[in-house]
Amino acid sequence: MSSPDISVRNLWKVFGPGGEKIPKNPELSSLSSGELLERTGCNAAVRDMNFDVAKGEVFVVMGLSGSGKSTLIRCLTRLIEPTSGSVLVDGKDVLDAGTTELRELRRRKMSMVFQHFGLLPHRTVLDNVSYGLQIRGASKNERYAKSREIIELVGLKGYEQHFPDQLSGGMQQRVGLGRALAGDPDTILFDEPFSALDPLIRRDMQAEVIRLHKEMGKTMVFVTHDLSEALKLGDRILIMRNGETVQCGTGDDLVGSPADKYIADFVSEVPRADVLTLKWITNPVALGTPGDAPVLSAGTIIRDAIPTVMNSSCPVLVEDSGRITGQIDRDSILSVIRSTEVAA
Amino acid sequence: MMSTLVRDRAPVQTSANALRPPRKRLSRRAVLLGAAGVLWLLGFLFLHGTSTLTLPASELTDLHRSLNQFNAWVASNRADNPVFQYVFTPFRSAVDSVANLFTSTFAASSTGLRLPEIGWLGTVGLLSWIAFAVGNARVGLLTAAAFTFFGLQGLFTEAAYTFALVLTAVLFSLLIGIPLGVLAGISGRVSQVITPVLDFMQILPTFVYLAPLALIFLIGPASAVIATVIYAVPPLIRLTAHGIRNIPENTREASDSLGTTGFQRLLTLQLPLARRTIVMGINQSTMAALSMVTIAALIAAPGLGQVVVRALQSLDVGTAVNAGLSIVLLAIVLDRVTTAASRRAEPGAARKRRISRRSRYILLAVSLVVVLVMVQLSRTMLWAAAFPKNLNFGPDIVSGVGAASAWLQTNLSLFTVSFREALTNGILNPFQSLLADTPFYLLVAVVLVAAYALGGWKLALVTASCLAAIIYLGLWSDAMVTLASTLVATAVVMVLGIIFGVAMGRSNKVDQIMRPMLDAGQTMPAFVYLVPFLGLFGATRFTAIVAGIIYAAPVAIKITADGIAAISPTVMEAAVSSGSTPWQVITKVQLPMARKSLALAANQGLIYVLAMVVVGALVGAGGLGYDVVAGFVQSSLFGKGLAAGLAIVFLGILLDRITQAAAADPVRKIRSAKSSAH
Repeated sequence: MSSPDISVRNLWKVFGPGGEKIPKNPELSSLSSGELLERTGCNAAVRDMNFDVAKGEVFVVMGLSGSGKSTLIRCLTRLIEPTSGSVLVDGKDVLDAGTTELRELRRRKMSMVFQHFGLLPHRTVLDNVSYGLQIRGASKNERYAKSREIIELVGLKGYEQHFPDQLSGGMQQRVGLGRALAGDPDTILFDEPFSALDPLIRRDMQAEVIRLHKEMGKTMVFVTHDLSEALKLGDRILIMRNGETVQCGTGDDLVGSPADKYIADFVSEVPRADVLTLKWITNPVALGTPGDAPVLSAGTIIRDAIPTVMNSSCPVLVEDSGRITGQIDRDSILSVIRSTEVAA
Repeated sequence: MMSTLVRDRAPVQTSANALRPPRKRLSRRAVLLGAAGVLWLLGFLFLHGTSTLTLPASELTDLHRSLNQFNAWVASNRADNPVFQYVFTPFRSAVDSVANLFTSTFAASSTGLRLPEIGWLGTVGLLSWIAFAVGNARVGLLTAAAFTFFGLQGLFTEAAYTFALVLTAVLFSLLIGIPLGVLAGISGRVSQVITPVLDFMQILPTFVYLAPLALIFLIGPASAVIATVIYAVPPLIRLTAHGIRNIPENTREASDSLGTTGFQRLLTLQLPLARRTIVMGINQSTMAALSMVTIAALIAAPGLGQVVVRALQSLDVGTAVNAGLSIVLLAIVLDRVTTAASRRAEPGAARKRRISRRSRYILLAVSLVVVLVMVQLSRTMLWAAAFPKNLNFGPDIVSGVGAASAWLQTNLSLFTVSFREALTNGILNPFQSLLADTPFYLLVAVVLVAAYALGGWKLALVTASCLAAIIYLGLWSDAMVTLASTLVATAVVMVLGIIFGVAMGRSNKVDQIMRPMLDAGQTMPAFVYLVPFLGLFGATRFTAIVAGIIYAAPVAIKITADGIAAISPTVMEAAVSSGSTPWQVITKVQLPMARKSLALAANQGLIYVLAMVVVGALVGAGGLGYDVVAGFVQSSLFGKGLAAGLAIVFLGILLDRITQAAAADPVRKIRSAKSSAH
């Protein structure tokens, strides 16, 4: 990973009267959410969050409703004013930015895709996509040319002159995506962008995001309440509860070694064979294993290893950066699949 | 209102408590209201007729005399006083010159020939073209038909005068209202300052600011336009602010996330999205302006209103109906044209049109040429300049309607007179006597106790100030007469409101039938309601009350219906699925849940009725309205009229505040909610 693109340190957002005093007060800031609400009438939506997002990474923030994830993502560009802490983007603290700087940040560095699209009903698809460019003063020709490119990129060619209410939900969100991409920002923030869509469309859109990420390599911060979406998209996943980080790591970290019972519950229904890699089930190399047994990388997803293991008459060796770390066999794979089914 | 509450509530509450086990203690509110009711009835029985503060129609108090002197002083110093010289007079001539521009173009030029600058044909053509341009071809044709019909009625000049004044007032309203509305929409602080002022402007009955305005700006078009702007601008400001403020949160956030400046947000997001609401505001403002311009006839505003006023004063039903018909037609035209304009302003309207933008422009250009030819004709040919005399059917309409009204009054008198007398003697008179014959100190005490029970010390204080002001103005007895009519009419309005509102709220079909009629009813100027009832019931207080009821019923019905319809379908399903009869659903679920709407309906109904009961003075209602009208007519009664206007204002504030307090939740509920929050 290169140097972080976004660095969040000690970020707090406290709603309610007198909320700005709470992060500085060690006694109050250590209270649980319930106690805090009772004592002060304030609601801490984001509590002392710390994380880094690397350049080009898809960073997923996951949590149930009310966990503070939507507040957190809005704090990054100060659509909601954070109470305290810092958000470093390119080494500069967003919280110190003046009105103009903040506006420049929103216009050029970070744009956002919203759950309910937030399209302008009185503008065509073309005018919606070019809205951000218009706002920052691009000429008509320039912004239309750029927007047409983007519209083609998000698969809406031919719909330029349609109005939002003539499009399906999935297509509207493509417009939202196009609008965010048009300004060519470094980072795109997604606030539960697909939860208002039906499952099939949602799957298409997830594939679309993966494709765009591969093509454009933008940094993405993606908020969702859907674990399978998080596992599918996220390079790393941060799980939030009551405004706090519970665990932050890759998908197989979460499934393989959940930090606490909350996470364990959360991931219990995940088909482990689809997420975990071989490193989680590797046993020490047994004496009888032949040296010419097939070799798989430790980073292989368990399900992908099934054909090799089944076709091999002996256990399969696992290597990690050129070194044999152990072996797996049919039993170890079957036990992973079985444990998932029992949990389900 | 409050007094009926006193009488209704106490027995209901006690009987409910007597039947049920003492699950709930009798609330303090109910005890106080009951006590006030008992006090009032006992006081009336033993002390009635004493200390009623009656002031005969022609008598004045010292206050009235000093107001008269003030009037005389203004009249004699108007030319020299610097305030008039440099502020009021230039302002008046500015307004006058705009009004003159329109009246001379459309109604009568300054040549004295009573011919419009662009002739009747030109006027019809130009106005229809404007309707076509801002709306559609259908409203263009409607405009042409209506203005031609005014000519056939023999009222072309009058209708054009009224229209020109409405146009002037609406232009000024736009000039003031849209910027203020935008400001109030984007700034919470401006909105906080403006809202109470608008509330106050809207509870002022239209009548009352005519006299002070006439005092400052003289009688004539300028005062009429200014009065009309005062009346017509609040809905425009409100709706503009509402449109600007109520941009969907997610759209606003999306635009912010792209880094819009406040000004960019206003231009690209708020104004385009609020456009439809703003045009609806223009529609409301226009309808209000028409209503007020007709009433401004009392301060010599030219036009249809004057024809009606003169006819009402001479009880000439035929002429009143003829002119009333013109007002109704003009109202329909203005409403349809502005509604069509608001449809056009709807987001996405552009792509639903049947003809392309280009062919529409061509059509507009071609028809404009035709209109210019019509204007040119009007300036050269007499037949196109003045509406042809031999096509004037006005006198026929007048005599026909007059005969019909006479016939109705003679032949239906058995029905109308007995109905009128029964209601007058059975309800109105006893209630009026209960209010006007109770000693004033007793009634003040009763009202104060009730106010305290409903809204605590704060309301009691406001109430006390209003009552004190009415007494100081020397018009206690007249105020009680007006109050009696208002309360009786409001009670009827509420009965109508509940019956029709429930019917509409429960059935879509009824709603679809009723709503257009109610909408049409609400767009009619207050004045025209008097005309048909004058034909039926003659010139009495009763006519004014019936007119008031019909005038106020639509708003009460609509608010009630909306309240009932807004109850969540889940609650209704739950009620029905637990086996309630329709009657049980209405009484146990819908009416209690629509309580806030009912209270609002009563509040609005009161304000509307009060406005109308005062206008009803023109057809024989007494009380404060009579004092106001007499003040316009006789200069010796000017002061009293002005005082009566103020008394109406205080009465309005009093009724408004008390009904609002009655609508709010009882104090104890709020307290328990607070304690649980901590």
